[in-house]
Amino acid sequence: MAHHSEETEITVLPPDKEKIKKLWTVAGILGLLTAFEFLIAFTMHHGPAKTAIFVVMTIVKAGYIVGEFMHLRYEVKVLFWAIMVPIVFIVWMLVAFVYEGMKLSDINFL
Amino acid sequence: MAHATATTATEQDVWNGGVSPLGASYGKLMMWFFLLSDAFTFSGLLITYGLVRAAHPAFTGAVDAFVFSHEYWPIPEKVFEAVPFLHGISLPLVFVGIMTFILIMSSVTMVLAVEAGHRMDRKAVEKWMLWTILGGITFLSCQAWEWAHFIAGTDTPTLFKDFVNGQWITKEVVGANLHVNQYGPQDFADFFFFITGFHGFHVFSGVLLNFLIYYNTVTGVYQRRGHYEMVEKVGLYWHFVDLVWVFVFTFFYLV
Repeated sequence: MAHHSEETEITVLPPDKEKIKKLWTVAGILGLLTAFEFLIAFTMHHGPAKTAIFVVMTIVKAGYIVGEFMHLRYEVKVLFWAIMVPIVFIVWMLVAFVYEGMKLSDINFL
Repeated sequence: MAHATATTATEQDVWNGGVSPLGASYGKLMMWFFLLSDAFTFSGLLITYGLVRAAHPAFTGAVDAFVFSHEYWPIPEKVFEAVPFLHGISLPLVFVGIMTFILIMSSVTMVLAVEAGHRMDRKAVEKWMLWTILGGITFLSCQAWEWAHFIAGTDTPTLFKDFVNGQWITKEVVGANLHVNQYGPQDFADFFFFITGFHGFHVFSGVLLNFLIYYNTVTGVYQRRGHYEMVEKVGLYWHFVDLVWVFVFTFFYLV
């Protein structure tokens, strides 16, 4: 086994308190949003308004996870957009397929 | 690592080689693009669920009056209301809420491992990776229970009318698999198995990758390499798994 005898000095930096605090803040926000989703789930009637609230809150949560935890917000702009722009296909697919599903429901296909 | 070089280069040589225009290493970029493709796969599954659900009639009565039937799509909070050790008590969505919390927490410990890696703090990376692995295993155990419960079914069987050999018969159905489903239309059970199963397999792979990272950290591979970028790459994957669960939670369990 080739072992480097002259191991380079490793300097361990102290924890970045500010950064860690920010991470816990994001975790708190995610927890609160999930708790709020629960509240909505049992207090509102099923319907388009309820679904809309859930979708918006999910997108906010996704934004925090991708932006802060996955650090995408702080990456170079080109990388940021290279990841974000293709999502438009998912949005199109969602709209097209759910619309299709509603039409199938209208003609009692299933 | 070629970080930060892109910002100092002048506009015309950014794309002419020698620098990283995207400001990230090859491995990290490939992880990002893999995750993008994986997002499309999960979208395919979840959007098909949306299509099939929209194609079925929705239950329109009061929530309390809900019973399982093939006639309409079930209300998820009436299907997922069991919690381990609390048999017979209706606790809608509580268990899946706990699972969501576990996965979010393991995402936090992962990001703390990445932060420790930036500081070359081997002990802290080991600690946070262990917590992350523990969170992943706990989530998988919860899912195993959830599946077992879903397959085994409720105490009282659901009665379905079925047309067999020219006459109507009443069938008793308990539990669900890919052939029968006591909770509602067959598609509902199929989507449950496919979507949560595909996600669960991602979690399983993530736990294996996390363990690999932990092992390499303990044996000092990254310390000798001089950076902990592998923690970051696997961290991206792990956060993505958490991200997918956020969507599964909303679209399968809440809506």
